[in-house]
Amino acid sequence: MRVQGKGLIDRDRPVSFTFDGVGYSGYQGDTLASALLANEVRLVGRSFKYHRPRGILTAGSEEPNALVTVGRDGRQDPNVRATVQEIYEGMAARSQNRWPSLSFDLMAVNDLAAPFLGAGFYYKTFMWPRSFWEKLYEPVIRRAAGLGALSGQDNSDRYERAFAFCDLLVIGAGPAGLMAALVAGRAGADVILADEDARMGGRLLAETYEIDGKPGAVWAEEALAELRGMENVRLMTRTTVAGAYDQGTYAALERVSHHRADRGAGAPLECFWRIVARRAVLAAGALERPIAFADNDRPGIMTAGAVRAYLNRWGVSPGRAVTVFGNNDDAHRTVRDLLAAGVHVAALIDSRHDATRLDGVRMIRGGQVCGSGGRQGLERITVRHPGGEERIATDCLAMSGGWNPSLHLTCHMNGRPEWRRDIAAFVPVAGMVPGLRAAGACNGAFSTMACLREGAEAASEALNALGIKADQGTLPRAEETPCVLEPLWAVPGRGRAWLDFQNDVTVKDVKQAAVENFRSVEHMKRYTTQGMATDQGKNSNVAALAVLADATGRGIPETGTTTFRPPYSPIAIAALGAGGEGKGFQPERFTTSHAATLSRGAPMIEAGLWYRPSYFPQAGETDWQQSCDREVGYVRNAVGVADVSTLGKIDIQGADAARLLDFVYTNMFSTLKVGRVRYGLMLREDGHVMDDGTTARLGEDHYLMTTTTAAAGQVMAHLEFVTQGLHPEWDVSICSVTEQWAQFAVAGPRARELLNGLLDTPVDPADWPFMSCGAVSVLGGGGRLFRISFSGEEGYEIAVPARYGASLFDLLVRRAEALGGGAYGMEALNVLRIEKGFITHAEIHGRVTAYDIGMGGMVSAKKDCIGKTMAQRPGLEEPGRERLVGLKPIAAEGKLLAGAHLYRQEDAARCEHDQGYVTSVCHSPVLGRMIGLGFLADGPERIGEIVKMVDGLRGVTTYCEVVSPVFYDPEGGRMRG
Amino acid sequence: MDRLFAKTPCAGQLPLSIGGMTVSEVELGPMTALSPRKGQGAALAGALGAAHGLDWPGAGRATAAGDARAIWFGHDSVLLTGAAPDAALAGPGVLVDQSDAWTVVRLDGTGAEAVLARLVPVDLRAPGFGTGATARCRIGHMAGSVTRLETGGFLLMVFRSMAQTLLHDLKSAMEAVAARG
Amino acid sequence: MRITCPHCGDRDSREFSYKGHALALERPAPDAGAEAWDDYVHLRENPAGETRDLWHHHFGCGAWLVVTRNTLTHDVLGCELASEARR
Repeated sequence: MRVQGKGLIDRDRPVSFTFDGVGYSGYQGDTLASALLANEVRLVGRSFKYHRPRGILTAGSEEPNALVTVGRDGRQDPNVRATVQEIYEGMAARSQNRWPSLSFDLMAVNDLAAPFLGAGFYYKTFMWPRSFWEKLYEPVIRRAAGLGALSGQDNSDRYERAFAFCDLLVIGAGPAGLMAALVAGRAGADVILADEDARMGGRLLAETYEIDGKPGAVWAEEALAELRGMENVRLMTRTTVAGAYDQGTYAALERVSHHRADRGAGAPLECFWRIVARRAVLAAGALERPIAFADNDRPGIMTAGAVRAYLNRWGVSPGRAVTVFGNNDDAHRTVRDLLAAGVHVAALIDSRHDATRLDGVRMIRGGQVCGSGGRQGLERITVRHPGGEERIATDCLAMSGGWNPSLHLTCHMNGRPEWRRDIAAFVPVAGMVPGLRAAGACNGAFSTMACLREGAEAASEALNALGIKADQGTLPRAEETPCVLEPLWAVPGRGRAWLDFQNDVTVKDVKQAAVENFRSVEHMKRYTTQGMATDQGKNSNVAALAVLADATGRGIPETGTTTFRPPYSPIAIAALGAGGEGKGFQPERFTTSHAATLSRGAPMIEAGLWYRPSYFPQAGETDWQQSCDREVGYVRNAVGVADVSTLGKIDIQGADAARLLDFVYTNMFSTLKVGRVRYGLMLREDGHVMDDGTTARLGEDHYLMTTTTAAAGQVMAHLEFVTQGLHPEWDVSICSVTEQWAQFAVAGPRARELLNGLLDTPVDPADWPFMSCGAVSVLGGGGRLFRISFSGEEGYEIAVPARYGASLFDLLVRRAEALGGGAYGMEALNVLRIEKGFITHAEIHGRVTAYDIGMGGMVSAKKDCIGKTMAQRPGLEEPGRERLVGLKPIAAEGKLLAGAHLYRQEDAARCEHDQGYVTSVCHSPVLGRMIGLGFLADGPERIGEIVKMVDGLRGVTTYCEVVSPVFYDPEGGRMRG
Repeated sequence: MDRLFAKTPCAGQLPLSIGGMTVSEVELGPMTALSPRKGQGAALAGALGAAHGLDWPGAGRATAAGDARAIWFGHDSVLLTGAAPDAALAGPGVLVDQSDAWTVVRLDGTGAEAVLARLVPVDLRAPGFGTGATARCRIGHMAGSVTRLETGGFLLMVFRSMAQTLLHDLKSAMEAVAARG
Repeated sequence: MRITCPHCGDRDSREFSYKGHALALERPAPDAGAEAWDDYVHLRENPAGETRDLWHHHFGCGAWLVVTRNTLTHDVLGCELASEARR
């Protein structure tokens, strides 16, 4: 119910929303939780395993129970914490994990079966029979368990990622965080203050503390106003700093639009920030611990701090007759606040016999709540006290077992916290995350004054480390009440007492784990699933390990904590991967002929990041093979044009350029004449082939290396490694010019004729022998011409500055068409090279040597080169190695398949008989059948032998003849012209 | 008579304005990668100054004189833009023509820093990254170059072939920044 | 993780590629023998503590770097250009 005169909500701005289809009204500033409580809705969800009715336990992001689904279709957002979700006009929230309805959930039968569903239930029950797992157990478990569901539709929201940098990152904007930000901001430091809440102020908004004689919330608002006025301070609300990483990197999730009815304006739903901070102050506060007692999960039972938050911040009393149960003085504040607001308090139950008395309320000292009752919500509790047991009618129980500092981030780099007996809580150990210091409640300093002081001190320390002069000034005055408590983790007695509300783990489960010898806290966690739900056990882990410590006869420090891992609170995968969806996944590289290629209807294939045409279809062609055969015919009979700009081109200059090439290639380049091109083979240092390509000598100390498309980046990095790492003394500069030049292969009997129409000085075969190169003038502009061939025909590659690429491609194709040829794509290019036995990365796949591909002779004996020594290892040259051969089916219609394996004719197709494999296949228009390249044991010595190709996956067996890999024009007369 | 027509990497697609920010294509004129030959760093710097009036930029810096700029471009590399390299540079330096190798755009407007904060993992805020600052860095998934211009805007460069991805990434970031208001 | 590139300053590790131990800079002579070559190409220590790695600033300045770091604490203790790091 709403309490008049309380709260920081805007009562002039009512907001309508629905929950499970029923309309309600709240105010601007309400969370779904506060608005539901204001409307006296207590039942909000069903528990994970037993489908027990659950309400709202907390008032913050640690909420384990009140999870709902917001939105529909592509915007359906499951497992939204009602305590975090701000209401907006028209918001539709639904309960989840129930059927058919929240108040009547048939799956609540699980609760009756609870005796059989205890700790380790899954491990014990679903082990046998084995065949039941996939068909029965898993589907049933999936249907019965689990929380909210996705819609199954594409997520239509925009997510973004961003980077931020600062001197000081302050995490949490309660009294400690605000004070730290004020000190650092006033000193001129570059500050980011991040807080997960929609409104900054932390517990100052939820309590009735005063600072400098003003209500805490007023002081906070004044501090924020001052911070907003500083250009060097950025305030990030709704931003959870979720993880601490190496070298001052922090991950943060900003919920940008979850609170906005209209997110259609292009704003992201969430932004995933990577914040790099030179120093950080953790001021994340503390989380209150529930107390375990029988049936402590009934809707209406919540933490005492949450009751105060709903009362003071949102003007809501979660009950009409509230009882308070605690083991500490802090819980008494709840009674005082409620009474001051005019709410009836039925009783204050303090487990301590010597607790300070509080006037104006019935106080039971030395009492413990040992049970609760009520249908779908709290109606009564049972209290055990020195005078016996009694029932008290109440609709809300505020419980407090003390506070756990939110030290999670301090442990994200494998740190472990230490136990402080006086406050019965774990606190951070300094230095566990370099550059990060904890201040305030997350450091175990619970009074407002201590928070302000530690915040200021932490900021000063950080500024000092950064060399920024700081003036702490005088601290504001605030309460400095000591923390007085006597640990109480679980009330003894019958019945199920809940620890982990979200995963339905009870005190009995933890004890059972100990009995079954899962005594390590990490084992107990996994056996019981304690702390493994989306809330990561924020308000239950410490109590659970206290119960474990008790059950195993150890102390809490010896028992230790489980490992803290990011994220602090759940982050959607969509946010983590923001920017990486669709075209953001990786860059697309387009050649200058891309638009023209698309306009000719060519299907594109990806070659690394590049897009290249597969083939250029023409009217009347019904499949790719027809187009491919036609394009092969262009090159064999007339002239074909292909864009080869994607091949890597590296400019190499300097007095030691030849030396570098001799070192990275197996063969000699220092002997290459200027104006000539040579094929080169490059090895890795382990002796296997890395890449191949042609290199042209453009000048005495100027070379142009060509790499394959796939290995361009790798080869460039390799050359940088050699020139920077191995031989920095060499005078050589390398520079990628792949992007500078648009380069086209012009190949076929009429290639020269085509080129001569474009070159200002025609090609004279006497000046342009095979493997020559030089500068040319193309229609009045500068270009380069290389007489090289990847097809076996007379071929040229012509290069012009990329700005002219589109224009030149257009001219080349039009002129080729006039000569009976045209553009060809990758399919035809592949056929042409297989017919000639030219290799690609299908053959040099990383496991072959120069010897294997028949190029052992290319490893020069006259010099050292990368990979030479290791290539000479006995195993890399011995007989029996699989080496490159050509394969030709005996039957004209015989099918070859890349990836198929080779066997002797008489052998069964089994692993132990394996003789090799097929790497490349195509239909050869020249030979009128399929041909292939592959690797066969001692292959070159077995020319003429018949072997059996078997593709076990596709069920194809083909007998084929082992032949030379060069199927077409083996003498090379056509190529040399 | 056939002739060759020049086309810029972003031809027909820019300028693009969203929420007070504008991306526009820049034609810097000739672009030449300069690297000193072994031991010739000072001589190349001297030649650059004498021929083009440009100071040799240190790491992370860009210098300008008239239309010419010298942008630090990586390990042992400076990019001379806006002027054809003087022949005198070729003695102490290795010169490689890069005039067509890069997509070059500028990003202007009050949200420019916020847009780049979504694409570049480097702090590009003034004054730390003020006029004359340059960085070789990631732009989205691309290896790029970012330079702060005298006007306060940014000069962005990625490989020519990646122009479409650069525009996609900039447009997405600009829309998101603009929608936040 | 962040690496301070001698050229570019403090940068996010996503700009760099990891290239294995800096031992790769100590290439043996061709006749150093099988054992030396086996060590160079294949054998690497996996220290719990300080190690020297090669990193390539491939999204940045293109420099090859030798980074000294601690595999236990993740501290990055130093970074120098590979061209200046050979000892």
